Amino acid sequence: MSAGSGGRWHYAQWVVAALAVAVLPYVFTSGASITMMSLMGFAIIFALSYNMLLGQAGMLSFGHAVYYGLGGFMTAHALNVIGAEKLPIPLPVLPLVGGLAGLSFALIFGWVSTKRSGTAFAMISLGIGELVAACSLILRGFFGGEGGISTSRTSTLRLFGISFGPQIQVYYLIAVWCLLCVAAMYAFTRTPLGRMCNAVRDNPERAEFVGYSTQMVRFIAFCVSGFFAGVAGGLAAIHYEIVTSSVVGAVPSGFVLLMAYIGGIAFFIGPIIGAVLMTALQISLSDYTGAWLLYIGLMFIFVVMYAPWGLAGLLLMHQPLLAAGTFRRVLPAYALALLPVLMLAAGVVLLVETCHHLLVKASEGPAMRVLWIDYQANSPLAWAGILMLLAAGIFAVRRVAPRVAEAFHAAAQEALRRRAEP
Amino acid sequence: MLELIIFSTLNGLLYGMLLFLLASGLTLIFSMMGVLNFAHASFYMLGAYFGYQISRYVGYWPGLLLAPLLVGVIGALVERFGLRTVHKHGHVAELLFTFGLAFIIEELVQMIWGKVPVDYRIPEALNFSAFTLFTTTYPAFRMFMLLMSVAVFIGLLLLLTRTRVGLIIRAALTHPNMVGALGHNVPLVFMMVFGVGCALAALAGVIAGPALVTQPSMAASLGPILFVVVVVGGLGSLPGAFIASLLIGLVQTFAVALNVSVADVLAPLGVTLTRDSFGGDLWMATVAQVAPIIPYLLLVLVLIFRPKGLMGDRDT
Repeated sequence: MSAGSGGRWHYAQWVVAALAVAVLPYVFTSGASITMMSLMGFAIIFALSYNMLLGQAGMLSFGHAVYYGLGGFMTAHALNVIGAEKLPIPLPVLPLVGGLAGLSFALIFGWVSTKRSGTAFAMISLGIGELVAACSLILRGFFGGEGGISTSRTSTLRLFGISFGPQIQVYYLIAVWCLLCVAAMYAFTRTPLGRMCNAVRDNPERAEFVGYSTQMVRFIAFCVSGFFAGVAGGLAAIHYEIVTSSVVGAVPSGFVLLMAYIGGIAFFIGPIIGAVLMTALQISLSDYTGAWLLYIGLMFIFVVMYAPWGLAGLLLMHQPLLAAGTFRRVLPAYALALLPVLMLAAGVVLLVETCHHLLVKASEGPAMRVLWIDYQANSPLAWAGILMLLAAGIFAVRRVAPRVAEAFHAAAQEALRRRAEP
Repeated sequence: MLELIIFSTLNGLLYGMLLFLLASGLTLIFSMMGVLNFAHASFYMLGAYFGYQISRYVGYWPGLLLAPLLVGVIGALVERFGLRTVHKHGHVAELLFTFGLAFIIEELVQMIWGKVPVDYRIPEALNFSAFTLFTTTYPAFRMFMLLMSVAVFIGLLLLLTRTRVGLIIRAALTHPNMVGALGHNVPLVFMMVFGVGCALAALAGVIAGPALVTQPSMAASLGPILFVVVVVGGLGSLPGAFIASLLIGLVQTFAVALNVSVADVLAPLGVTLTRDSFGGDLWMATVAQVAPIIPYLLLVLVLIFRPKGLMGDRDT
């Protein structure tokens, strides 16, 4: 990207993003969608902070929720103190408390864990995650035991008459913080330190030879990441007005990994896509099916096995084709692949739903309805149909996959050729 | 006191040997493929559930053989069709693949057997007390668990050090290319080791299932401890894994039996600490209450003072 026009387009992107965030509540006006967008706001910060470790510095963490959760607890305690003592501190600065809490704990735990990289780092992060999760059950005063710490966001100093009672005001608070954090984290990727993180990820030995301490680079990245995770936790505490000990546990740590990885860890935009998609799925899919976590797991395995650059990678690999105008050439192959992929997806969904119905909802009788089809879950005919659909889908996808790859390759080659001769 | 020590030692050894059944497979797989199998504890859980399902039809004993076999086959298939595909994307992708697998297995188990614990019973033949010491009786099934895990340990040791198969496996650990050049099918060896490792985990599940609780969270609660064992022992070291398993087994069992807190210890010295003093919860928590965090503290300490682990010879 050239500096002149590219740079201007760059700033334009941020303005467009800010406008979109401001306008969205007027497009999706229902309370549920505003809540969902608020959730997406701090999920984006959390996922991006995670990607600072995994995508940028190559540190696979299984305990990132520690900094998110502790940031949340600190914010909740701060809110309670401010409410009780009537301190003149407005709500919008409180996520900073969460961020500083995340930063301080990252300083402590990061010092231990960033001494190592690779698999050992992953194991240490897991151990620290379990350590904090186990502590949360012992230190009841701080973590609030089973009930958690509840708080109230409206009892702080009011600025300009904004009470932060209505969800829409909280949405804008989260949106502003989200934009600020995304911009800051993007800026971090452009700093020399951000570049050194990539170097440490790709070739630690050479980074050492250039004169950088890989441990120090990892440590700083870890602390910055902990700060942003804490901000996300603080926003979550403000949104929910309660923090329970489950937020420091293994489940949110795993979920943020799923969000970042499914979105695509190699691109800055990847975790944003992942956070938006996974939050939407978490809320909407769980209404339709009890097996939604299984679908998310299957999706994750699919991404790990066949699309290691995530959804962002799948989307962005078409960019050169679009720029060179050869995108049309892959469309016939994609159209050909559409039916097999749909067959396979429908087969998987029918299989999972039928099993789920038979095993979990056995008391409701065998009659069920999935994908607008009514059938009996225990009829041999339905099972034969599902298995046939699945087998045919697998067979057809395997047949059509090489043709799609070939068409894409040809279009990419053509795009390269057109770029070479202006 | 003596009673407490004897029984805690027995239980600690038992828990440690069970941990080693799992850790041995995990260590072998790690040394060979460089991948820590995140789903290892999930195979342990699958073993327990398969054993339970089989025991409902034909009793406990066939399950002891069939469940590990089944899980071993599943493990081999996972290696052949999953891990081998992911291998080209690097170790992080492999670790993530097994992480996703653990996630899926837990969801499937919840779907098939429900979220509540299943009623996996101790076989009738072993449902008596083996001996009574002082006032406490020791169940025969626990003795069986101990003997089984010791037997498997010895079997594994003999297999690895005394047979031709063991020779090839040990050679493939360090020099896979050379072993391949000598005409051995190294990918097949990898697949078999993965399968056998999973089968050992499943065997631990069948042994431990009836005595502990067979429930969908059993993998998630044991998995992290298992990684502590492997890292503390030294990544890739079997003797290290053995020592660490016993160490953690004993430490945890003794910790659970001790009902003493910092406040209790300091009370005779004239220091009174209550829940209201600074850091109150910390001083009032008994050793038994902090038992779950001891392995992780050990992990952090080992990593600070001896990053290679107890017996490890390589940095990862």
